Amino acid sequence: MKAALELQGIVKEYPGHPPVAALAGVDLRVEHGELAAIVGPSGSGKSTMLHVMGTLDRPTRGSVFIDGRDLSKMSDRRLSAVRSHLIGFVFQQFFLIDGMSTLDNVANGLLYSGTPQRTRRQMAAQALIRVGLGQRMFHLPNQLSGGERQRVAIARAVVHRPAIVLADEPTGNLDTKSSTSILDLLRDLNAQGATIVVITHDLEVADTLPRQIFVRDGRIERDTGRLEIAGADR
Amino acid sequence: MSRRADSAGRIAPSRLRLGDVFGVGSSGLRTRKIRTALSALGVTIGIAAMVGVLGLSESSRADLRNQIEALGTNLLTVSPGQGFGAGDGVLPADAVAKISRIGPVEQVADVVELDVSVLRNDLVNQNQTGGITVAAADTDLLATLNGSVAEGVWLNEASAEFTNVVLGSVSATRLGIIEVDRGVQVFIGGEWFTVVGVLEPFPLAADLDRSALVGKGVATSLFDTDLNPSIVYLRTPSESLDDVRGVLSATVDPAEPEEVSISRPSDILEAEAAADSAFTNLFLGLGAVALLVGGIGIANVMVIAVMERRNEIGLRRALGATRAHIRRQFLTEALLLSTLGGLAGVSLGAGVTAGYARFQDWEVVVPPEAVIGGFAAAVIIGAVAGLYPAMRAARLAPTEALRSA
Repeated sequence: MKAALELQGIVKEYPGHPPVAALAGVDLRVEHGELAAIVGPSGSGKSTMLHVMGTLDRPTRGSVFIDGRDLSKMSDRRLSAVRSHLIGFVFQQFFLIDGMSTLDNVANGLLYSGTPQRTRRQMAAQALIRVGLGQRMFHLPNQLSGGERQRVAIARAVVHRPAIVLADEPTGNLDTKSSTSILDLLRDLNAQGATIVVITHDLEVADTLPRQIFVRDGRIERDTGRLEIAGADR
Repeated sequence: MSRRADSAGRIAPSRLRLGDVFGVGSSGLRTRKIRTALSALGVTIGIAAMVGVLGLSESSRADLRNQIEALGTNLLTVSPGQGFGAGDGVLPADAVAKISRIGPVEQVADVVELDVSVLRNDLVNQNQTGGITVAAADTDLLATLNGSVAEGVWLNEASAEFTNVVLGSVSATRLGIIEVDRGVQVFIGGEWFTVVGVLEPFPLAADLDRSALVGKGVATSLFDTDLNPSIVYLRTPSESLDDVRGVLSATVDPAEPEEVSISRPSDILEAEAAADSAFTNLFLGLGAVALLVGGIGIANVMVIAVMERRNEIGLRRALGATRAHIRRQFLTEALLLSTLGGLAGVSLGAGVTAGYARFQDWEVVVPPEAVIGGFAAAVIIGAVAGLYPAMRAARLAPTEALRSA
């Protein structure tokens, strides 16, 4: 059975004397349908881990597999293709494009897959309904609350039904009420089958998720394992 | 999964549709409208200057050509030769009769300069002639020159015998004569002459504009002059013009043909029309400088845009954009910016040309090469200005672009 995401012996060093190891040998397997939190203080290497998992950065050593595909020998172009088809990103700062409607921001999730605009918008509309923003399709980002913006960003991350969604501190910029509703949304999407990895420094956030992977000094310190798998394999 | 991977499980490459390249490239411009307008303005001014200068010089030239066409290019003038060894320069008195015997010649008329001056009245100092020449003219002169009368009438067989005068356009102004129907008189060579007409300007015989023309009859009887022509005007069909020109000198003065000077007045206007004015080149140069500055402005704005939009670049890379997609986005943006400026510049330049040419009563000519050239210049400027910022944007590592929030 292919894992949604697998890291094998990942080392990431930044040049220097001696080199700084951000990741010092990480092995991790995330199955389809999981909802996991990677938890650690700042500087623990969790952001680097997200970048390596998301093919935004290459490891110094080790292999990354997404949906069973070995990414280590792929060219920059192929990695872009992997991101456009297999990975969805959610960022702490939302990164919505101002002056562009909610619908088109979500449709951007399909922009680089060569999907025609009509189809993109149809799929974006469905994704917005899934995240509970069916009434906000033609609003601009600056007309939305922080929680709503993050919902738009989540809709953009899932619109192309990726193999895995990587969420980097998705509640970092939100108040408690909005945070709770975003975590509820992630659980709902997971229940519908999405594989989601949340990177957070917040233990309270991590506590609400079924699996917690504790990271410190570039290593996995503790992994609570797959306590529960919410959705069936895709 | 069929859409994203083939049967061997290989992932389909990232792809940005052609229509989307345009949409992505214009999104930055749409959200920053004022900056877009200002940065396109430099190119607009440059292109407008170039199109306007070329359009105006072309329009004025077209106007001159139209004038020449209206005046006819088949007019020749015969005058006494001037210069070393050409003697006093006098044409034989029967020159007109001889020329009219040349087969193809259609019309011929002469003017005899008189050694008298025209004054507004008898109280004016005799030496203050105002540069006006008094001359005796054939009654055929007006027809030969295709001229027309602005006020009053031209001399006829009868009026040419009496003390009547017709003034050239400049002469009338200098003598302060506006209307001729009240029997205005001027003082010529000690005699009072009645002004019966004022002529329209002669572009092909500007000397006549500064003349006062009297009949040959009255000239001989009052001023005791011989009638050796100072200048002879003749018209001939265009196709036989060269033939006529070839035999003209020998016909007028068989003994000394070298003492006869022949010219074609329209040649001078033609030369004027062909000449590029120094100002045209100067303004073209200024336009080019404006265009260069506009191009640098675009490059500058694009460099700033790339820095400001690092996050957007990072996001797009995370969404699956390749380096080439990012490069294409920013290059398209620069091209759109300069194309926009170019379009506005071409319209502005053409508009200024049309407005000014109408105001001057010229034919409106906007040379297509100026329009196409201006537009092409704008596109090239955009491509050059956008290249470096686009490369920079494409080189940006996704993690770095996302980090700088």
